[in-house]
Amino acid sequence: MTQHMMCVTHPASPATKTMFSRILTSALFAGAAAGLIAALLQLVFVQPVLLHAELYESGELVHFGGEAVSAHPTLPGFDAMRDGLSIVFTMLTYTGYALVMVALMSIAEERGAKINARAGIIWGLAGFITFHFAPGLTLAPEVPGVAAADVGDRQIWWTATVAAAGIAMWLIAFGGTKISYAIAAVLLLAPHLIGAPEPDSFAGPVPTEIGALFAARAFGVGMAAWVLVGTFAGYFWQAEGKRAEASA
Amino acid sequence: MTTKTLNTAATGLGFLPAVFALVLGLGIMALTGHVQASGLHDAAHDVRHASGFPCH
Repeated sequence: MTQHMMCVTHPASPATKTMFSRILTSALFAGAAAGLIAALLQLVFVQPVLLHAELYESGELVHFGGEAVSAHPTLPGFDAMRDGLSIVFTMLTYTGYALVMVALMSIAEERGAKINARAGIIWGLAGFITFHFAPGLTLAPEVPGVAAADVGDRQIWWTATVAAAGIAMWLIAFGGTKISYAIAAVLLLAPHLIGAPEPDSFAGPVPTEIGALFAARAFGVGMAAWVLVGTFAGYFWQAEGKRAEASA
Repeated sequence: MTTKTLNTAATGLGFLPAVFALVLGLGIMALTGHVQASGLHDAAHDVRHASGFPCH
């Protein structure tokens, strides 16, 4: 009896190509769909708060002056160019999130994790914590016009915090040892104990009510959209897998 | 005759598609969220604020 060994290791092998197209297809569907919903949620819930803040940023409205300012000014309506670009860029951003998530899902599945729409909900929450909540806990989502430290410094802190939180999420989910939980806790806490770059002085002209509402709305919409990214990614990953099996 | 197929993941190279996708995803995020070129910044301005990226 002869035994044939097939070793599929070449980068351009059919199995690798299939895997790559499965990752790309799932991520594009999940990212575009969740991104479109995220964009619409942002336009309804976040954009009005942002436009309201911009009235103070531009000096059209002045808070802390002598007179009381109405909390309900007339805001600019839908701007096809500006809001259209926002929709496109939100879809792009969420496609980026989905690519990262599906890539990690494929690795997790190879290691025995079950990936489907239901499991995707937890993946989505982990993504929200990694990309929105962890950096936002200290660098709160900023409304336009607030004082902040140098953008380059904040981007470095943001990137490091996201990387640390992402590794922590993976360790909590798949580490399984006490040491891995401890390392995850350190990774989650350290960026906030070290602290993010802060402005030297406060100069924001925007009322605190608007700033607080903006941060809360950005988190809320972010969480909803991330849960959708996870659900869609899990669903399409499973569906694309079945399709690949059927056509193989 | 028996045919044995070795799983690509077991060889290490199997993770290559995942790594490509990961890099591509992070690249897109850097483009929409971080690059400060003024055209990109203006177009992505509202999204950066709403998605918690450091913007200005």
